Amino acid sequence: MSNAVVEMKNIRKVFPGGVVANDKVDLTIEKGEIHALLGENGAGKSTLMNILTGLYRQDDGELFVDGQKIEGKYGPKEAIAKGIGMVHQNFRLVKPFTVSENMALGTKDKFLYDGKIIESKIEEISKKFQLQISPKAKIWQLSIGEQQRVEIIKMLYRGAQILIMDEPTAVLTPNEVKGLFDILKAMTKEGISIIFITHKMHEVLSYADRITVLRGGFAIKTLNAKDTNDRELADLMVGRQLDAKRMIADDVPLGEVVLKLSDVRAMNDKGLLALDNVSFEIRGGEILGIAGVAGNGQKELSEVITGLRKVTAGKIMFKNDDITKESVQKIIDRNVAFIPEDRHGMGLANNLPATDNAILKSYRNKRCGGILMNKKVVDEITQKMVDDFEIKIPNIHCNVKLMSGGNLQKLILARETFDNPELIIAVYPVRGLDVGAIDYVHQKLAEERKKGKAVLLISEDLEEIYKMTDRVAVLYEGKVMGIVKTQEASINDLGLMMAGAKGSEA
Amino acid sequence: MIKVEKRLETPKYLLILTPIVSVLVALMFSAILLLVTGEDAARAMNTIFGGSLINWQEVLVNSVTLMILSIGVAVAFKMVVWNIGAAGQMMIGMICAAGVALFAPIALRDSIFLIPIMAVAAVIGGGLWALISGGAKAIWNVNEVITSLLLNYVALYILQFLVFGPWKGVTSSGFPQTDPFPAAAKIPAIFETGRLHYGLFVALAIIIIFYFLLNKSRWGYEIRVIGEGRNVARYGGMSLSKNIIIAMFISGGLAGLAGAIHVSALEGRLSPHMNTDIGYTAIIVVWLSRLHPLVIGIVSVFMGALLFAETNLPAAGIPSEIAKLLQGSILFFVIAGDFFSRYKVKYVKE
Repeated sequence: MSNAVVEMKNIRKVFPGGVVANDKVDLTIEKGEIHALLGENGAGKSTLMNILTGLYRQDDGELFVDGQKIEGKYGPKEAIAKGIGMVHQNFRLVKPFTVSENMALGTKDKFLYDGKIIESKIEEISKKFQLQISPKAKIWQLSIGEQQRVEIIKMLYRGAQILIMDEPTAVLTPNEVKGLFDILKAMTKEGISIIFITHKMHEVLSYADRITVLRGGFAIKTLNAKDTNDRELADLMVGRQLDAKRMIADDVPLGEVVLKLSDVRAMNDKGLLALDNVSFEIRGGEILGIAGVAGNGQKELSEVITGLRKVTAGKIMFKNDDITKESVQKIIDRNVAFIPEDRHGMGLANNLPATDNAILKSYRNKRCGGILMNKKVVDEITQKMVDDFEIKIPNIHCNVKLMSGGNLQKLILARETFDNPELIIAVYPVRGLDVGAIDYVHQKLAEERKKGKAVLLISEDLEEIYKMTDRVAVLYEGKVMGIVKTQEASINDLGLMMAGAKGSEA
Repeated sequence: MIKVEKRLETPKYLLILTPIVSVLVALMFSAILLLVTGEDAARAMNTIFGGSLINWQEVLVNSVTLMILSIGVAVAFKMVVWNIGAAGQMMIGMICAAGVALFAPIALRDSIFLIPIMAVAAVIGGGLWALISGGAKAIWNVNEVITSLLLNYVALYILQFLVFGPWKGVTSSGFPQTDPFPAAAKIPAIFETGRLHYGLFVALAIIIIFYFLLNKSRWGYEIRVIGEGRNVARYGGMSLSKNIIIAMFISGGLAGLAGAIHVSALEGRLSPHMNTDIGYTAIIVVWLSRLHPLVIGIVSVFMGALLFAETNLPAAGIPSEIAKLLQGSILFFVIAGDFFSRYKVKYVKE
């Protein structure tokens, strides 16, 4: 037995609704190591860490900290007392307060705020690890990177010996990333253990001591960083088996170019580069897959095409027209369908009835009425969607929030394909659906392709890519790493491109 | 252990029952407070509610203003734009209406068109005033709560400047007020006795028009979707800034109209002592009505009675603060009662 500070054994966590987030997960963290948790979105990384920090309670399995078994009440407060601290992706700092005031929050050692003592302690920590944070600075004055260091100080101030960083590099520029890991390295020399959650392979290989790969809620393998490479990690992350049958026939003739992106650049919500000179085209009768680990620019890609996000450079052509700067409304009117990633917050208005949701894209159309809406026509349209797509709903005036995920997606699909769109942008269209609904969505997309429509299918599931697409482009950190014919692509090549290796063009 | 669970959907009967029970609890709470402080609770309640029945015209005079103001506030609130500036927009409406009445060309002074022109001026004035906050919100995302609230004070000072200064009447014998408006500028009373005026029908018409606009029109559809969330509205191709500007203009325009009707029907001149606090009462009405236009009509009558009680109570030798106490506790209990329609409280054995 080495000097393990955390041991998680056989952890299982099931969420209401039967979603298994973790199953049979073993994880050992040793003193003074940097341990990476690598996996795609939804692989169960965050759930596992939330169990360790006392936010969730595991349904099965055991947890040991410093060799002691955790029993009885174990919440965030107890986790902090055990020396476990987590730096979340969204910082939990009070912006108008100073650094030292933020330290005082949530610590209950004294009733009165004693700035002097706190300040000297912060300066001591800051000096020790070269954090360069002044205790008197107000949070809003600090850069994102500095705020992250304040979060680290906060954890150390509370006596953290095990520091969990949730996707710490997502908000940082490349220079800041290097600085962050230098700091973390220095901390491990003092016996502090670091766990960092990520889906970026090169970071893991450059900075971690050991790596645990999670996939679909299971801990697949723990490896030493120096004994592995990106190819092996990619295989472990995406899985190997690809025995799915292709759902699309090869007899559809290719039509004209419907969508063409040339060197498109765009920023994400945090103002960092999200799309880096993306170029591709899609023809009628073709499904182009966008593969890649989530968070590499997929969301932004779907948004620039549909007009929801500003393009900072480059050009987007729809058939023969430049739509780079067009409004969402104009692009909808061009008959571009969009199945968004976020069903509840974007695709549907939860507290409105199915009728209101059914006409979200066509309410400006004359058939829905003029200044006053034609209720009868709206009801008819909705009823037709419900009948055609076999949507299960008590009646069309029911709020959609009571519908199941599969039925919600069917409603979106019904609405988006109602007016025979020329181009369909589908973002993770089957995420979270049951097998029957997945099959239904795929069949509909295949039907549209057969009708000669162009489809852009964004997916993180290589099986889906293989089943559904003619060609596949791999997106990595906002760049297209390569575009290949799906049937000629090997799983290894795709895995490598997803890990950041340059591929070929097809 | 007591557990609180979020309800997926609030049953219809709870939507009606909780506000009624909340109002009853508020009445009881106020009565107990009165008893503890040694007031005659029964007599106070009788003065408030009995007095309102006898003086129903005065109650409805308050309600007319409340109805128009509240519909305006509700239009903004429906889109999650928090227009707190109804009081100021109402004052600007009063100023615009008074300006037309006082300085209209001779030909217009006896014309039946004078009142409509006053109304239009008030709508435009109130609407543009609200657009100061609305535009700042739409273009720079400036918090409209702060701007619309602070503009109330600016409007008040403009009003005071005018009546103390340039608009001070020749016939006002030194009082800070304008000359009286010409006779054609007065909205007539409905009955021979009493102050209830034809503005009532304007208010009822506005309620009905907005009920249809919000529920049946394309614009109402956009407002519903935007109220659900900015992302889904943007996804549907709606322009948020355009809609914020339209909603804010209508919201302020209606407040301006309420101000014009108030000065025209009741005051007949501009003075610094206009009852513009009613602009804040309208926010309470809207909140109690859950933004529903028809419910706003009913709640406006109820609140109109409580406002009337504020002036009626002192006449009966009872402090007018009791009416304020009642208003406050009703708002408090209705908002607290809202908790029970959104959450289930369960007793669970551990």
